[in-house]
Amino acid sequence: MKTWLKVVAVLLLFYVHVAGILSDVPRLHILNETIRALYFHVPMWFGMCALFGVSVYHSIVYLRKPNVDTDRLAVEHANVGLAFGILGMLTGMVWANYAWGSPWHGDPKQNGAAIALLVYMAYFVLRGSLENGEQRARLSAVYNVFAFAAMIPLIFIIPRMTSSMHPGSGGNPGFNMYDLDNRMRPIFYGAALAWILVGVWIASQRIRHRRIQDQLSELEYEKNN
Amino acid sequence: MLQAVKILFIKEFKLELRRKSVISGIGLYLVSLIFICYITFNLRNASISEATWSALFWLVMLFCVINSAAKSFISESKGISIYYYTIASPQAIIVSKILYNTVLCFALSFAGYVLFELFIDNRVEDQITFMLTLCLTSVGFASSLSLISGIAAKASNSNILMAVLSFPLMISILLMAIRITKNVLDGLDPSVSHDELFNLVAINCILSGLAYLLFPYIWRS
Repeated sequence: MKTWLKVVAVLLLFYVHVAGILSDVPRLHILNETIRALYFHVPMWFGMCALFGVSVYHSIVYLRKPNVDTDRLAVEHANVGLAFGILGMLTGMVWANYAWGSPWHGDPKQNGAAIALLVYMAYFVLRGSLENGEQRARLSAVYNVFAFAAMIPLIFIIPRMTSSMHPGSGGNPGFNMYDLDNRMRPIFYGAALAWILVGVWIASQRIRHRRIQDQLSELEYEKNN
Repeated sequence: MLQAVKILFIKEFKLELRRKSVISGIGLYLVSLIFICYITFNLRNASISEATWSALFWLVMLFCVINSAAKSFISESKGISIYYYTIASPQAIIVSKILYNTVLCFALSFAGYVLFELFIDNRVEDQITFMLTLCLTSVGFASSLSLISGIAAKASNSNILMAVLSFPLMISILLMAIRITKNVLDGLDPSVSHDELFNLVAINCILSGLAYLLFPYIWRS
């Protein structure tokens, strides 16, 4: 990853955290000050979707042209995406505790997100239970593509068909395309971009770590034989 | 290709009828599941609500279908799969498996429906829509479970893996099915469920298309 992108990510995050807490926000009933969760909770889902998307892309590339490094890319992006998903879930639960009165409400979007996390946990269980390295890479790539495509109706269509308690749907005050306040817009988009960049950065570090580990074990293997 | 699919499809049936213990095992599993439901609810001497009926029905179906479709690749020995590999294309194999599993799933859900009527209650007011739902869910279950079974068969703890991998994928089908069942139980007009039925068709297309595309990669080993 280019150095200037890392600098941009850090500066953006600095701006988002300062402006997110200090800037003016519109007064909407029910939400009040918790509207600031938009800056910290929603970007997690943007990050998760972006990272899972990158992971699926690498899985497709792997199926077309098997290569150990492509498999590493797919796994590590899924790994970081899962971490983002868990963070999104936790920040959402903190917010829901104030806005809805309790952390878990069985909201369609909440359930969809929980299922998405289950899918990727199953992906890691599958990886853990296959012994042969080449087979593990291939089968988990197949599952990754299949699960991602089966998940899309889950996360993007079903919550839109039913009324959700999330702001912006079902008559709740919210910030959809039309009434997202102009003061909030730059901070929110900045946060989404910054978290996606940070996610890719973490993934690239983990991938380098893995590459070095694999090389080391290869060297050790050669030394012992 | 079509010829191969037809031969493999008929072969599955012949094999199934020859090993009567397997099919009677699945049947007994279904009967005992429904009987357990009947006993647990009847002992409390209260009739169940619509929501409970549909939850029970789809839970029984889910477990039954996973157990019966799981054997499509898991129970096959290594020699047999190598033999298939030499005589048929992977596409023909997955299509025949999906077709066969669809028939099996539909037979199981129909039998389950009849048993539910016998033991528990039948509150379905709109039979045609409900049958259509059973057909569509069978296709969806069959196509996702056939592929997952192919993946799980390669791993060591395949039975647990089968459940773990398939549950999250089947939730979207189940959600739609439960929603239609609710409409059907409430006796609403069929046109209310059209949206959900179209969604089921769309999910089926995605799942079966992907299974068709991805299976050759599993099969290669």
